[in-house]
Amino acid sequence: MDTTISTGAEEESVWGGGNRPLGASYGKLMMWFFIVSDALTFSGFLASYGFSRFKFIETWPIADEVFTHVPFVHGNFPMYYVAFMTFILIMSSVTMVLAVDAGHRMMKNRVILYMFLTIIGGAIFVGSQAWEWATFIKGDYGALETKGGRILQFVKADTGDRAALADFAEVIPTERETLGRSDGFWFSSESSLPTYSLEEVKQGFLANPNILIRTETLNEEGEKTLLTREESLAKIKDATLVVEGANLIRNEYGSRLFADFFFFITGFHGFHVFSGVVINVIIFFNIILGTYERRGHYEMVEKVGLYWHFVDLVWVFVFTFFYLV
Amino acid sequence: MSATAHAHVDDHAHDHGHHHKETFVTKYIFSQDHKMISKQYLITGLIMGIIGIAMSLLFRMQLAWPGESFPIFEALLGKWAPDGVMDADIYLALVTIHGTIMVFFVLTAGLSGTFSNLLIPLQIGARDMASGFLNMLSYWMFFTSSVIMVISLFVEAGPAAAGWTIYPPLSALPMAQPGSGMGMTLWLVSMAIFIASSLLGSLNYIVTVINLRTKGMSMTRLPLTIWAFFVTAIIGVISFPVLLSAALLLIMDRSFGTSFFLSDIFIQGEVLHYQGGSPVLYEHLFWFLGHPEVYIVLLPALGITSEVMSTNARKPIFGYRAMVASILAIAFLSTIVWGHHMFISGMNPFLGSVFTFTTLLIAIPSAVKAFNYITTLWKGNLQLNPAMLFSIGLVSTFITGGLTGIILGDSTLDINVHDTYFVVAHFHLVMGISALYGLFAGVYHWFPKMFKRMMNKNLGYVHFWVTAVCAYGVFFPMHFVGMAGVPRRYYQNTAFPMFDELTDVNVLITVFALIAGAAQLVFLYNFVHSMFYGKPTVQNPWNSNTLEWTAPIEHFHGNWEGEIPHVHRWAYDYSKTLPNGEYVIKGQDFVPQNVPLHKDEEELNH
Repeated sequence: MDTTISTGAEEESVWGGGNRPLGASYGKLMMWFFIVSDALTFSGFLASYGFSRFKFIETWPIADEVFTHVPFVHGNFPMYYVAFMTFILIMSSVTMVLAVDAGHRMMKNRVILYMFLTIIGGAIFVGSQAWEWATFIKGDYGALETKGGRILQFVKADTGDRAALADFAEVIPTERETLGRSDGFWFSSESSLPTYSLEEVKQGFLANPNILIRTETLNEEGEKTLLTREESLAKIKDATLVVEGANLIRNEYGSRLFADFFFFITGFHGFHVFSGVVINVIIFFNIILGTYERRGHYEMVEKVGLYWHFVDLVWVFVFTFFYLV
Repeated sequence: MSATAHAHVDDHAHDHGHHHKETFVTKYIFSQDHKMISKQYLITGLIMGIIGIAMSLLFRMQLAWPGESFPIFEALLGKWAPDGVMDADIYLALVTIHGTIMVFFVLTAGLSGTFSNLLIPLQIGARDMASGFLNMLSYWMFFTSSVIMVISLFVEAGPAAAGWTIYPPLSALPMAQPGSGMGMTLWLVSMAIFIASSLLGSLNYIVTVINLRTKGMSMTRLPLTIWAFFVTAIIGVISFPVLLSAALLLIMDRSFGTSFFLSDIFIQGEVLHYQGGSPVLYEHLFWFLGHPEVYIVLLPALGITSEVMSTNARKPIFGYRAMVASILAIAFLSTIVWGHHMFISGMNPFLGSVFTFTTLLIAIPSAVKAFNYITTLWKGNLQLNPAMLFSIGLVSTFITGGLTGIILGDSTLDINVHDTYFVVAHFHLVMGISALYGLFAGVYHWFPKMFKRMMNKNLGYVHFWVTAVCAYGVFFPMHFVGMAGVPRRYYQNTAFPMFDELTDVNVLITVFALIAGAAQLVFLYNFVHSMFYGKPTVQNPWNSNTLEWTAPIEHFHGNWEGEIPHVHRWAYDYSKTLPNGEYVIKGQDFVPQNVPLHKDEEELNH
């Protein structure tokens, strides 16, 4: 930000016309006002998220139990990976600042280097986001859904760990036949079946006294309520559906709106990052071609820099509200 | 962001001065000249206005003579008017599209798009908008969205019919009503493009006003038109994106199965999977735009009125700074009052009282403006040409509609008349008719600037008086219909015997509406005829002070030959005298902004 405003001759006529009162070109001002507008779009989404989450404050999924994965490693690492993603994105903002600064000094090669690093950072972030989505969609433990649309998850009584459906479900042989396209059967379409049918999960549950059910409801300690074996046996009668992973309609983590908002807001943000990377790439090639060197200034880098910082800032809010709080 | 980046001063203001060789396409179609873009906006807006007003006449006829057969229904509505009797679904569709077109396409893009584009560069002394390219893009996106909206009238199941506010679940479930299918999808697509267009336009208006004012044109010397357009653009940048949020979430609900706005819905005994969403959330998001939108529509009209009224009263505008402050106050307050549209949506009564409070606060700046207009007229040397008449008409409808706003803004009173014709009467007067009057005033006043010819004055008088009488004839009785309890958006009220005696009033309203519609044909004839055969204009036909009248009549990209005029005074030095009692310029009761101060002259405080 400018610390002093260059207004030309007399200091009092900053807004007197015939100059640029904010000391910024029209393009940069447009970028600022665009950011204002985009910020309000995101505010709309985040406010909606807050509204919906507050409505279901007693049953909202606990983020620490959902985002526990790290690529190539098994185990329970709550928030490690998303913290890494955030770090990368913030570092890409740092390299962007360095690129803008190098631009001011007209050091073309440095601008190229720092823009390149920024693009790499953005690409890593978008890639990580894709991986995060894939993991979220695949799910890990599986759950049942009740008539009322509530999610029932399973816990091992002895260790207190979560139990995956595969840990206890029984396999009941069925005479389900796989038909190919060449078999001469008309079929429209069917959603993919869960790994275990409802009956298999129920039977496995009845046969395995070590498995308890936990409901969506948060108890006073802010943890999910764990039912006793008797309560669990009563509860499982309500189950109507096996849910594995997440989609826009239902998810194994709990409230439907949790996944809806997760997909929508991180998706919308991811789209912004993706656009940012594309724009950065275009600018990157322009730098290499010497467009800005000929133009005599690197203001374009500054403008995309503004956008890039904005996208980072939005992520800080998304990160806070989805993962931390 | 340090000052070093500005070593290059791209002298934007001066690089448009030379003439380009222009082809038909670059001059008339993909033009980047703000004057041409403004004409494109005006004509597109007028065409959309014809469609919107024609729709209102159709459904007014249905309300006056419910269930009766009219050949015109059969001719225009086809299969939706079997034997000439209007179908209930198309009635809802007509109401919806009428609202959408009038609010967004005519009074947002048509009004603000036309006059912001025409006047911002001309009145602040700039060669063109900051970015001519984005300006052109903005118009063509508006055009695209208009085309899509018109196309939606022709889809098989009919256009969107959930009301212009498209509340879910009606708008979110394709099986809810015929118009919720393809028609609704096209509505959303059209509006998404419209929002993008409005954003591009607004960004341009804002930065142009900030960066491209000519030397001497300080913010406090800006004509009030520019202040109004500037603040309108800011409100647009702040509120439209929230509508975009709502629209995107709604699209997700409609097409991808999310539950943002939907919960526990049964259709024909079947349970839908939606769970947990809230239609009230949609209302919040929508009205966070929806209320500022009212001022996006109205403020440009008020700005135009200020300018036209001061010029034609031959008096400085009364309370320039108070006017600016009121515009700013209205803009700020407009963003914190949206809840008054939702008093009966199950809102906590305490919250309702908060929104009542903020809403009633708007009465203060609005009243300041109304009184300033009246005091500007006071003892003025009134030139009652059509533009002036429409401006005075605006003040009248603004006051009439504003008074009922005080009733509706108060939750305890509003609950009784919510969703009745009282509300319809209120907002049509205060934003619909007022803004249309502003639009007409602007067209009559700046027609010579746009088309180099004068409009016919006598036809203008006919247009004004018939419109003014009929507009009140339509909306004044509507208050009583509303207070009697007739709900809005109903296809017919014949099932309620208690409303039977209001049928005559409805007939009266419709007759007035039809006459008012016919009066607009006079305007259209005048507009088109004057464009080609009107009396050629002189450079400054209204003896006005603002800079656009210092530019040559002939249009070229860059506005002024040679240097841009510098500004030495505010825009309202009308009938100003020197200490010796003489006009500042002998024999001339106005002093254009580019005239330097006379040596004995005192600069008016502004």
